[in-house]
Amino acid sequence: MPDTAGGPSGIGASVKRVEDFRFLTGNGNYTDDIDRPGQTYAYILRSPHAHAKIASLDTSAAKAASGVVAVFTGEDMQVGSLPCGWQVHSKDGTPMAEPEHPPLAKGKVRHVGDQVAVVIADSYAEAKDAAEKIEVSYEELPAVVDMASALASGAQKVHDDLENNLCYDWEIGDVAQADEAFAKAAHVTKIDIVNNRLIPNAMEPRAAVGEFDRSTGEYTLYTTSQNPHVIRLLMGAFVLQIPEHKLRVVAPDVGGGFGSKIYHYAEEAIVTWASAKVGRPIKWTAERSESFMTDAHGRDHVTHAELAMDADGKFLAFKIDTQANMGAYLSTFAPCVPTYLYATLLAGVYTTPVIYCNVRAIFTNTVPVDAYRGAGRPEATYLIERIVDRAARETGIGQTEIRRRNFIPSDAFPYQTPVALQYDSGDYEATLSAAMAEAKVDGFAARKAEAAARGKHRGLGFSTYLEACGIAPSAVVGSLGARAGLYESAEVRVHPTGSVTIFTGAHSHGQGHETTFAQLVADRLGLPMENIEISHGDTNKVQFGMGTYGSRSLAVGGEAIVKATDKIIAKAKKIAAHVLEASADDIEFKDGNFTVAGTDKSMAFGEVALTAYVPHNFPHEELEPGLDETAFYDPANFTYPGGCHICEVEIDPDTGIVEVVGMTAVDDVGRVINPMIVEGQIHGGLAQGIGQALLETCVYDENGQLVTGSYMDYTMPRADNLPSFSVGTESTLCAHNSLGVKGCGEVGAIGSPPAVINAVVDALWDLGVRDMSMPATPETVWKAIQDAAPAAAAE
Amino acid sequence: MPTVSMTVNGKSVSGEVEGRTLLVQFLREQLRLTGTHVGCDTSQCGACVVHMNGDSVKSCTTLAIQADGADVTTIEGLADGDTLHPMQEAFRDNHGLQCGFCTPGMVMSAVDLLQKNPKPSEHEIREWLEGNICRCTGYHNIVKSIQQAAGA
Repeated sequence: MPDTAGGPSGIGASVKRVEDFRFLTGNGNYTDDIDRPGQTYAYILRSPHAHAKIASLDTSAAKAASGVVAVFTGEDMQVGSLPCGWQVHSKDGTPMAEPEHPPLAKGKVRHVGDQVAVVIADSYAEAKDAAEKIEVSYEELPAVVDMASALASGAQKVHDDLENNLCYDWEIGDVAQADEAFAKAAHVTKIDIVNNRLIPNAMEPRAAVGEFDRSTGEYTLYTTSQNPHVIRLLMGAFVLQIPEHKLRVVAPDVGGGFGSKIYHYAEEAIVTWASAKVGRPIKWTAERSESFMTDAHGRDHVTHAELAMDADGKFLAFKIDTQANMGAYLSTFAPCVPTYLYATLLAGVYTTPVIYCNVRAIFTNTVPVDAYRGAGRPEATYLIERIVDRAARETGIGQTEIRRRNFIPSDAFPYQTPVALQYDSGDYEATLSAAMAEAKVDGFAARKAEAAARGKHRGLGFSTYLEACGIAPSAVVGSLGARAGLYESAEVRVHPTGSVTIFTGAHSHGQGHETTFAQLVADRLGLPMENIEISHGDTNKVQFGMGTYGSRSLAVGGEAIVKATDKIIAKAKKIAAHVLEASADDIEFKDGNFTVAGTDKSMAFGEVALTAYVPHNFPHEELEPGLDETAFYDPANFTYPGGCHICEVEIDPDTGIVEVVGMTAVDDVGRVINPMIVEGQIHGGLAQGIGQALLETCVYDENGQLVTGSYMDYTMPRADNLPSFSVGTESTLCAHNSLGVKGCGEVGAIGSPPAVINAVVDALWDLGVRDMSMPATPETVWKAIQDAAPAAAAE
Repeated sequence: MPTVSMTVNGKSVSGEVEGRTLLVQFLREQLRLTGTHVGCDTSQCGACVVHMNGDSVKSCTTLAIQADGADVTTIEGLADGDTLHPMQEAFRDNHGLQCGFCTPGMVMSAVDLLQKNPKPSEHEIREWLEGNICRCTGYHNIVKSIQQAAGA
């Protein structure tokens, strides 16, 4: 129950979360908690090789094993390919290479973890035991693991039917114009950057329960998804050919997503398809080791960039060449991440007039790579803020001064960048100043000296960033290759006694929509929060939805709710006008009451609702009974949160251990509905950003074996790796949505990694360290100090 | 198959298990106490933490037969009806949870911390939580929650 006693519940209040009671008492309902009558269990046999032909596959012993209901292979499962939702075209106009992606491998496996067969049994243990009886003969092929060797001539092809391992060769901007600007530059800063591959690691492993109802012919899939309607569309239309009215997809409580649960995965199709074959429900739940080798990974860019400046340090042009790893197959949104979510962000918060970026997307024998918290914008931000940091050092202009000289001024909005986006609002000086005050930058020199006296190296790093979220205007993304619209829908169903259910196409998997959306509706309809229910995650309840990712839920989903409530209020005014014998134009709606202006004649919201459903005295000639409205909202633009992150680190030169001693974030996320929830979102993003900078990386060996395949190998941020954070907001309002909201889900992960690494470089600069790769592990840092020591001595 | 008997959240329960059946499987699948979660397979993440004879244990690395005769408390047994345990209340007050998946283990672990160290420092709280991974909160508000519950 929401605890609103003693505090306001409207916009701007830190209302405690509605969803917490069930989560805190063990009453959450996650996919693996769902058991269906007669349920069986699936275990998926996966490839132990990065690249191999399946020479033979014998399932007969497994089929005969105790408890086994069925065993299926790729030969049995003749269905459509797992589809890709975004088509990028190369600079020569040709469409990207789009290889087939069968749910169960057909003849060949292309990454460790690729699905080979599924065993369905009465218990999970029996399914897993039986899988050991499947005899697979693999003919191993050379694995293509890193992007440079994947592009080399004569490289082993990941897909035999493609010309090579290039998915696309895309560009944005005019290279000749960029070269011209570089020719006039007083100074050029160059940098080589690797944006390390990450494994998302939502704490809830993916799970799926498929069920076929023979009496109705309807399939139901319970799944760990951020967007159940998208899964229904992709799986129904492209893979299994099940029409929407015969396919229900339910995403109940979902234990974190961070992008990794956007995509349509093979296991969803396998349990749905096989449930009809075996005539019983089938549950599959990933073991964590399966999550590591099947959840879409994130990042994985290799980039060379050059920044041209005039004598005053004004940026003249920015040239970027990026290689982006797609993995073995194209995941649902993979192609758009290193193009339209990355290269269009390369202006950042600066007035750089000319930008040229070339992106080559490459297939390798690794897990598919797709959007992970921030998706393209962290890669862009890391690149920009690292090269700006370097430029400041090379020119001697100083970290804050070089940024200020190049900021888009606060009076320049709307601001058209050279890379397609038009920013609607922002004030980058305001967030920088506020963050500097909060981080006590003035006192840094004294703190550095004090640390030095203790033998520690202290560094300060800045990141002034911007991102594009609130994804996205359908017509724009359609012109860029999206195969879907990116609007959102909402239904406001007023019940006869005046309580309200909101059906939203957004999906909450930690974001607290049941609270924030209820606050929004409480504010607009003047109702107590306990009279409002937020319903999401079930295609049989919610009319339609594109789901939650790209920090879009409030900016797009919330606007749809606003539109639907506006329709409710407009109709309710007409009903009230009829009963109160006034003109609808004279009805004022405030604090849940409809009042004839200038009189004491009034009807409460509940009375209007009852009148709508018991329409004895009702304007039947003008209106239909009932009070239930649906709206779809398609945004006019992306939203553009931005801000400043400042990191302070202390490094022990003997061990190379980097301690984050201060992490300050001042972000412009637009209007804030629930500050407590917004701060929580930023905390989580910061932890993931610090994780990328200092702890996390996905490692494959030269054979394509996943070395970081468990929590003993992949370093998740733990409580003792992180400091307490200092977060604040300094907001300008979004100019194109009615709420003025921008989005807060990803800013922490986008802004922070370069602040951390710039702080590490700052701490070690005087030792001669000039660069630092992510993650800056103790080993990496210690080696950098050792390698720099002789060079520094020689200088 | 062996039979195990134990007390779970104050009730006597028993059931047949395989030798390899884990305590978490017994709790989730046989007793349908699905508040205890499984987040990994290497005993790292702590989503499965329950109390056994008063101490926090990872129920994914405890065999059901090891719990024979034990007194087990799961997240479902912590609140008194609709009255939350002070640690649960503190998590709610401080937004110490987001997706809720790590939360049961986190809360059970935190309760055990305060049993053993009623006034932990921030450093001690962070060290104690080393065996509980949260991907959502960055731990900031979890630490605040535990500090509130400790009366700090």
